Amino acid sequence: MSTAAAVLNNTHVERTTSHTVTIYLKEAKYEFLKNLRLRVYTASVITLPLMFYVLFGLVLNSHEAISGMDVPTYLIATYGTFGVMGASLFGTASGLAADRGLGWLQVKRASPMPPFAYFMAKVILAMIFSISVVLLLLVLGISFGGVRLPLAEMTKLIATLVAGSLPFSAMGLAIGYFAGPNSAPAVINLFYLPLSFCSGLWVPYMFLPKLVRQIALALPPYHLSQLALGIVGAGRHESAATHWEVLLAFTLICLGIARIGFQRDQGKLYG
Amino acid sequence: MIATLNEAPSTERADSPTVVASLEAVSQNYGEVRALHNVNFTVGAGQVVALLGPNGAGKTTAVKLMLGLLQPTSGKVRVFGGDPTSPQNRMRAGAMLQVGRVPETLRVREHIDLFSSYYPQPLPLNEVLAASGLEKLRDRKFGDLSGGQRQRTLFALAICGDPDLLFLDEPTVGLDVEARRSLWEEIRRLVERGKTVLLTTHYLEEADALADRIAVINQGTIIVEGTPAEIKAQTSGKRIRCVTRLSIGDLLQLPGVTDAKHDREAVDIHTGEAELVVRALLARDPSLSGLEITSAGLEDAFLALTQDNGENTNHKN
Repeated sequence: MSTAAAVLNNTHVERTTSHTVTIYLKEAKYEFLKNLRLRVYTASVITLPLMFYVLFGLVLNSHEAISGMDVPTYLIATYGTFGVMGASLFGTASGLAADRGLGWLQVKRASPMPPFAYFMAKVILAMIFSISVVLLLLVLGISFGGVRLPLAEMTKLIATLVAGSLPFSAMGLAIGYFAGPNSAPAVINLFYLPLSFCSGLWVPYMFLPKLVRQIALALPPYHLSQLALGIVGAGRHESAATHWEVLLAFTLICLGIARIGFQRDQGKLYG
Repeated sequence: MIATLNEAPSTERADSPTVVASLEAVSQNYGEVRALHNVNFTVGAGQVVALLGPNGAGKTTAVKLMLGLLQPTSGKVRVFGGDPTSPQNRMRAGAMLQVGRVPETLRVREHIDLFSSYYPQPLPLNEVLAASGLEKLRDRKFGDLSGGQRQRTLFALAICGDPDLLFLDEPTVGLDVEARRSLWEEIRRLVERGKTVLLTTHYLEEADALADRIAVINQGTIIVEGTPAEIKAQTSGKRIRCVTRLSIGDLLQLPGVTDAKHDREAVDIHTGEAELVVRALLARDPSLSGLEITSAGLEDAFLALTQDNGENTNHKN
């Protein structure tokens, strides 16, 4: 039999780098398209922070200063953090939990897909939606709130917030590995909304009750928002390095938890 | 154990085909639940092998082991002579699994495009669409497809990389008769091109229509294995019981006898053609007594085979 001879020869097909890059790009492209067409995702992730901003930053703007900063500029930093956090958590956790729980991830794992491409696609998705939220906030602020930021500051703000999507993507992966397919959105909100409030993303930090202000110091969103506020000149003058260190440590902890879930799945049946 | 499988004769081919996937003394437990128990099973190159059994028999577990999605509790799983999880082996295999939910907002051609990109030499999109009968549905979102169309899309994802080895877990569940037949045709075409297929099914008819070899699995154990003709003879034949001077060797030489063994003072003979065998028996042994003929249903065959673990069974060559 001619086939039999060919079957076991070890033709080691190694992928070329350009082929691998193509896979990563396609995975990211389709992850983006998949979510863009999911109205639940786009609506909640993009619309919610924008609505808050329009309401509290533009419509109810009392023209008082917060930390010596006008309200619309201050709130771009905090609702920007809020938006980035939502895009990252929902972009990673809900998809992962559903793919895991309902068998789709097994089909992907049985295929020759490089496993890392799957996670990268979700992180890239979170970043794209994070950029979109921040840009839209800036457009609203500049057009209707009289926000005036130098280009360099604006660029720095966007870059910081988008980098800030990484810790929350890592957190999303950790949640996605331990939440059920149907309960994932509820679990995300259980973290997302209290964390946002206690970190001063809705109500500015100095207006929070004293106890909450003390709790905030331990929360990752607080540190990202202080980095963003520092760029627009309304921070609490704490060390930026400390903020980054907290976020880095938080990222590593979340990735560690996600890794436990990943390894647990390697030998488990579900669906 | 594997030796007994290799000795199992193939009526079509003199030489045994190269083994491309195998379970060697594999057991798989999920906590308290024993899904597979000491299973030996091989898939030969260029063959269609069917794992036939009721729901919960362990078919899907066997497939997942060979796909490297599960680690066996004990035993060894080999694919292309090596580790089923190696990227090189995965690039040569395709799989159709039972899935709860597939991303619904992607179009059929987009799903195929993505999976094709994982493989070194994928088939052209149009060929994949034609093979799975999806030409008219290429721009349809997965969420807008009917159950049968979804199955066909999953089949398309399994074949799009032009894999040498194809795993199909209950591929025709939810398909109507026409779609089932056309999928069978497609599987036959793949085999003509030298591909190897392992499929699971709970329809004897499907295994019969496609498979070169069938392994019947029940409660985590393979209880009988052979060509479709051999399986059918064992599951749909008659059981003749009698006291005779003829040896087991003599009995196995009789035309129509598929199996013969001692049972206390008598012998048990399995056959698909009871009349022919009885005539021959009476002609050769005038002293024959205690003749009983009963129909050996599927359940009978399962029972008989599981009780003696198949060890005392002499399959006729």
